[in-house]
Amino acid sequence: MGPIGENEFFFLMQGLKWTVLLAIVGFIGGGIFGILIALLRTSKTKVARRITAGYIGVFQGTPLLMQLFVVYYGVALLGIEVNAWIAVAIAFTLHASAFLGEIWRGSIEAVPKGQTEAANALGLHYVSRMKDVILPQALKISMPATIGFLVQLIKGTSLAAIVGFIELTRAGQIISNQTYRPLLVFGIVGAIYFIICWPLSHAGSGLEKRMAKAVR
Amino acid sequence: MLNSAKDQPTLISLEDVQKWYGAFHALKSISLSVRKGEKIVLCGPSGSGKSTLIRCINALETIEDGKIVVEGQVLDGSTKSIDAIRREVGMVFQSFNLFPHMTVLQNCTLAPMRVRGTSHTDAERLARKYLERVRILDQAEKYPAQLSGGQQQRVAIARALCMEPKVMLFDEPTSALDPEMVKEVLDTMIGLARDGMTMICVTHEMGFARQVADRVIFMASGEIVEEAEPEVFFKSPKHQRTKTFLGEILAHH
Ligand SMILES: Nc1ncnc2c1ncn2[C@@H]1O[C@H](COP(=O)(O)OP(=O)(O)OP(=O)(O)O)[C@@H](O)[C@H]1O
Ligand SMILES: [Mg+2]
Repeated sequence: MGPIGENEFFFLMQGLKWTVLLAIVGFIGGGIFGILIALLRTSKTKVARRITAGYIGVFQGTPLLMQLFVVYYGVALLGIEVNAWIAVAIAFTLHASAFLGEIWRGSIEAVPKGQTEAANALGLHYVSRMKDVILPQALKISMPATIGFLVQLIKGTSLAAIVGFIELTRAGQIISNQTYRPLLVFGIVGAIYFIICWPLSHAGSGLEKRMAKAVR
Repeated sequence: MLNSAKDQPTLISLEDVQKWYGAFHALKSISLSVRKGEKIVLCGPSGSGKSTLIRCINALETIEDGKIVVEGQVLDGSTKSIDAIRREVGMVFQSFNLFPHMTVLQNCTLAPMRVRGTSHTDAERLARKYLERVRILDQAEKYPAQLSGGQQQRVAIARALCMEPKVMLFDEPTSALDPEMVKEVLDTMIGLARDGMTMICVTHEMGFARQVADRVIFMASGEIVEEAEPEVFFKSPKHQRTKTFLGEILAHH
């Protein structure tokens, strides 16, 4: 058994950095495309609604791990030379866009119809109606679910280890193999995930309670 | 009658308008013309099509047949005609429908800025003018949820006025209010009527109808059953359905 010293800890922190970066990129990329998906999903055009429904269905109906594989090898198959980081970032962005798109579709539909009618009666066009009136309210409604998904996404980044991406969990595994102290190492790794995710979950459920009260 | 609208030009005309919700015939051959400055009160039992009728005027509902013209603009379903008409027609809803994430002032400045391209400064000046007019300027920085129902409805009126419409449509503006707040909203509407606004009001406030309406229209099952000046309408209604309705409504008040 080896000691867990500065070097090992530094290695874990490197892994943590990639975990956080991957979650941020997935969340931001997924957020941008997710809004698009949500808007198409709630649009008047039937084709747009159908296509985005299919997109959401595919990503919600298959394991994230499989999505990672498909994107990772799929990108390689296209003959594009990309490193693991880009491939994984693309996979997480696609994954997050489908889930966030679905969450936000629900929130857009949860905004009372009277809001759209008032905006229409005032002559506001689609862009302003969405940007100024509907989306700010929908985003607020979606906050608990959005934060919940972010927590899932952070934990989900551990799956990126499978395609050789050294994030926090994979870093832990490597250290554990070197030091033969799996319990200690994964204890630390788990604690790190917890420190990040728990406050988020807590904030999310706090918001949920506050909003439930506001509705009453 | 507050002013003589008799010799004014026609602002809104509906000709033989038909509206279906699926198999349900909601508006049956509605014809109506409203002159500039005229105040019309629309009443009738629940489900008779009052809301549907006024919502067709600003294209919140589509019609299956017939013709709607507002200020010379034919409503033909095109974006252009809808835009043109919505610029001239303001609407006030039963449930206020203020934007809850915006302050009172922002509620009022949004449409002029986005639709008319009014500058922020001018939009605020306009908003303050109309908030003053509905006597709620002191609440300009508050959010709708911080206001009473009556105050919210007055803000909704100001918000519509900020687009400087030629016509105002009211869909039961006082039905969602506690009794003690009805008066402040009705007073605001009476003020508007005095200033010469053309108005179509769906309401069961018969006192209001007596005081400001040039014509009272009674609808039942998607049809205009009777229309008359308030004096005549209340004193000597012709149709049995009108009599029954008035009997019920006056018993409630
Ligand atoms: N979107 C809709 N789809 C189907 N039917 C509708 C729809 N909107 C209204 N209706 C029906 O059309 C009829 C007229 O409705 P409308 O809301 O115009 O009545 P109203 O006279 O305003 O009644 P109330 O006094 O209750 O507001 C009703 O029978 C209603 O059920
Ligand atoms: Mg109605």
